[in-house]
Amino acid sequence: MFKLGIADISRSLAAGEFSSEEITTAYLARIKEKDKELNSYITLCEEQALAQAKAADTNRANGDAHLLTGVPIAHKDIFCTAGIKTSCGSRMLDNFIAPYNATVVENFNQAGVITLGKTNMDEFAMGSSNETSYYGPVHNPWNKELVPGGSSGGSAAAVAAHLCPAATATDTGGSIRQPAAFCGLTGLKPTYGRASRWGMIAFASSLDQAGTLTRSAEDAALMLNVMAGHDPKDSTSIDIATEDYTANLNKPLQGLKIGIPVQHFAEGLDAEVEQNIRNALSEFEKLGATLKEISLPNSHQSVSAYYVIAPAEASANLSRYDGVRYGYRCEDPKDLEDLYKRTRSEGFGTEVKRRIMVGTYALSAGYYDAYYLKAQKIRRLIKNDFDNAFAEVDVIMGPTSPHTAFKIGSQTNDPVTMYLEDIYTIAVNLAGLPGISVPAGLVNNLPVGLQIIGNSFSESHLLNIAHQFQQATDWHTQTPEI
Amino acid sequence: MEWETVIGLEVHVQLATNSKLFSGSSIEFGAEPNTQASIYDLALPGTLPVLNKEALKMAVKFGLAVDAEIGMKSVFDRKNYFYPDLPKGYQTSQLDFPTVGKGSLDVTLQDGSIKTIGITRAHMEEDAGKSLHEDFHGETGIDLNRAGTPLLEIVSEPEIRSAGEAVAYLKKLHSLILYLGISDGDMSKGNMRCDANVSVRPKGETEFGTRAEIKNINSFKFVEKAINIEVERQIDLLEDGGRVVQETRLYDSEKNETRSMRSKEVANDYRYFPEPDLLPIIIDQAYIEEIRTTLPELPDAKRQRFIDQYKLSEYDALVLANDLTTASYFEDVVAVCGNAKLSANWVSVDLQAYLNEAEIPISESPVTPELLGGLINKITDNTISSKIAKTVFEAMLAGEGDAEKIIKTKGLKQVTDSGAIEAMVEAVIANNPEQVEQYRSGKEKVFGFFVGQIMKDSKGKANPAQVNQILKDKLSN
Amino acid sequence: MSISANDIAYIANLARLQLSEAEKEEAAASFANILALIDQMQSADTSDLEPLSHAIESSQPLREDIVTEKNQREDLQKNAPKCEKGLYLVPKVIE
Repeated sequence: MFKLGIADISRSLAAGEFSSEEITTAYLARIKEKDKELNSYITLCEEQALAQAKAADTNRANGDAHLLTGVPIAHKDIFCTAGIKTSCGSRMLDNFIAPYNATVVENFNQAGVITLGKTNMDEFAMGSSNETSYYGPVHNPWNKELVPGGSSGGSAAAVAAHLCPAATATDTGGSIRQPAAFCGLTGLKPTYGRASRWGMIAFASSLDQAGTLTRSAEDAALMLNVMAGHDPKDSTSIDIATEDYTANLNKPLQGLKIGIPVQHFAEGLDAEVEQNIRNALSEFEKLGATLKEISLPNSHQSVSAYYVIAPAEASANLSRYDGVRYGYRCEDPKDLEDLYKRTRSEGFGTEVKRRIMVGTYALSAGYYDAYYLKAQKIRRLIKNDFDNAFAEVDVIMGPTSPHTAFKIGSQTNDPVTMYLEDIYTIAVNLAGLPGISVPAGLVNNLPVGLQIIGNSFSESHLLNIAHQFQQATDWHTQTPEI
Repeated sequence: MEWETVIGLEVHVQLATNSKLFSGSSIEFGAEPNTQASIYDLALPGTLPVLNKEALKMAVKFGLAVDAEIGMKSVFDRKNYFYPDLPKGYQTSQLDFPTVGKGSLDVTLQDGSIKTIGITRAHMEEDAGKSLHEDFHGETGIDLNRAGTPLLEIVSEPEIRSAGEAVAYLKKLHSLILYLGISDGDMSKGNMRCDANVSVRPKGETEFGTRAEIKNINSFKFVEKAINIEVERQIDLLEDGGRVVQETRLYDSEKNETRSMRSKEVANDYRYFPEPDLLPIIIDQAYIEEIRTTLPELPDAKRQRFIDQYKLSEYDALVLANDLTTASYFEDVVAVCGNAKLSANWVSVDLQAYLNEAEIPISESPVTPELLGGLINKITDNTISSKIAKTVFEAMLAGEGDAEKIIKTKGLKQVTDSGAIEAMVEAVIANNPEQVEQYRSGKEKVFGFFVGQIMKDSKGKANPAQVNQILKDKLSN
Repeated sequence: MSISANDIAYIANLARLQLSEAEKEEAAASFANILALIDQMQSADTSDLEPLSHAIESSQPLREDIVTEKNQREDLQKNAPKCEKGLYLVPKVIE
């Protein structure tokens, strides 16, 4: 039962092979048993999940069911869930009970999808290893000494360890795709504006995007069908009609033009990872695609620009955590400044404080033009690079990460080493494009991820390409021993 | 040394929308604390802004009314600072790309001359909440009902040269926003607030002196006083060899002084950057033209029309057109009676005197335009004299009914029967032979005596014109 | 580019963060590396380029001017650390 993806569970529920209550109960029991070693959940929503499951079973019996009614999933703890603690991986929100649902959560609730729990994450989504969480690091199910990637490390580990069949996640610079690569999952980051940000706790508003971690492209398509759509509560949500993202899954790839950016195969890429990616590309050729070397000449600037823009936006987004209206507040503040400073210093972890400081610096008097404005111009350069590339090719492919998962604690000394983890994924967020990471091999029994980048609103095509690859290969069905 | 004052004003006007700038909370005044503070207003994690359509319309409307460049692309920015009445830790405002750019306002000064004062810009922004300092065991209570209320900040060029000009500019602005219906302009509720940037320089100097910003000025009277006292302070300082410091000062109306607000000077590094939760506002010419069609007749145009259409004097036209309600009242009176000159006099003199004394706005006047027009009709059709009309007006204010009814019950109808007047004239002539003799021997001043006697006898009801005519005839015989 | 202890103190104050001596030292060290990373931007020729603050280049949507929010004070103040008479309490604010 735990090997099933959401498409399979949906079929089984419809066929009456098991009830939503049965599978939900089974998952809750499995999480309690197995998650001690992984730490992938922050909050388990036992009571609510069972109530939702019973209601789902009733609705299904009455013929009043969405395709996913009764399917259990987990939500990254960055999405507000009414009446349930929503911590964003931070001490600052350890006591915060969200009084409302994020639109993404609401959409799943409306579809009758069950919330098993809230998954662990890097604090305020700032990290690439899930080591910055107030609730402790998450362990990679493939090897518990390794990180699962971040910031959606809890969601990735939970799906990989079969502690849920699918999970929501968010991606600001690679936070869905890199954990997908490290845990052997399909990770979809849709176009900026495709899914609502309402109720999704902000890290960097112009880059954050909700997406999915699943076991297959087909599952991702089913999840996106529920998540995507215009939300009048989010001014950056795009009012373009959604589509049935499963509709094109079976289209053949004959004639597909794939761009291979030389910059994503340059120095720093692990040789064995590269080999796996090259093998995957050959697989696409067999499916009828053609490969074309392309250049994204400014891609080396993306990490630099990102580490100005994201911290700048974050520095303002995180000013609201002041101990006045909700969240952590320091003991016995002696005056207002003391309230602010101690609340924020005690409530935020090191990496969050570091990024607030960097962002504050980049925006401060005298530095704005040299840092913030320059970074926005580089962002333009990067977007232009992609526009030029998409004039020649349909999609762009390369490795998601330069290497496989690394050891917990091995990269905590220098933040910059960690920042460079996202070297292949960050540019996609700066340009607002959709991207997907699919399993494409194993190196020393650790998953390798292939990143496929599409033009804006090409999710349907990306899912088609990923699905066709998954029909031809079985990397996505490989699972760790848990 | 002779000094010149340089003033620039920043006026915050609360826009008369139903809901807040970026949330669906009510902005009604006087609600229980924090009952109009939604999850967005409280800056709960994950909440996002969506701009109020009306606020944008009102900003553009104002821009068109002051002949300003309208930003075809305007951008909201975050202005970052920590304060408990600012829940997000930043104020959403507009810096480099405001909705309203350069414009101007014609202001009538005390001597009747007109001065054009440049408007630098006007931008939309959110208001902050309120801090309450009483009754919380030495702590401060925060009410966020006002947080997020839409404001239009209107910034003038430093072209104002005296406190009097500043007041004239403010009054004109006040008149304009009421005309446009974009704010109630109620200064007592803080719905129109003014900060003044004040500096002085030796007359003839072209460089600006160092300015101080005076905050918290909440009436026309205080604007004048605060500026005057600040100018005095700066001149004294400079003449004593001191320097003016660029700073924010608070006007204390009780002590009539400005004092430094050092607490606000710390960390004045606002780190503005484009609000990433909002895309730019892009508007087209069609949108602007659509709003232009909704513009009402503005004060200057109305004043000119009053002069052209009703042949009013410059002064009467200015007084009447300045306030929209007064102007409409006046035109309603004219519609009833058709006599513009008398209508203007009655509205701007008699009615205004009463309203000033009673301290009520014209909208609450017990005498409606209908009633006043009816009264004027009774003057023009000779039913009563102008003098008797004042008595009728008094009765109207007391709620005794319309002119017709009051004249009837009080028996105030003018005597216009020439036979009756002749009889009164003859009686007065017969009873005062001495005065008749004086008049006939050339002492024409005595004429007034006869008129007075007749009016006294008739209790003021004799038609004065008829009395004059008949008296003249009889005396010259 | 390096950053002085004064700069660190200035930024920490702007951001309302209180750093211990050890944290300040750590901040200065990591800042040096981060600034080296972001200063790589300076090598790019960006003259004639419009800054891009959003990947989406359309106009923002507008909301009807309707009151949609109800009073939720009681519910919302359950999350508040300190409240009295419906107000959020903070240490005395000096104007």
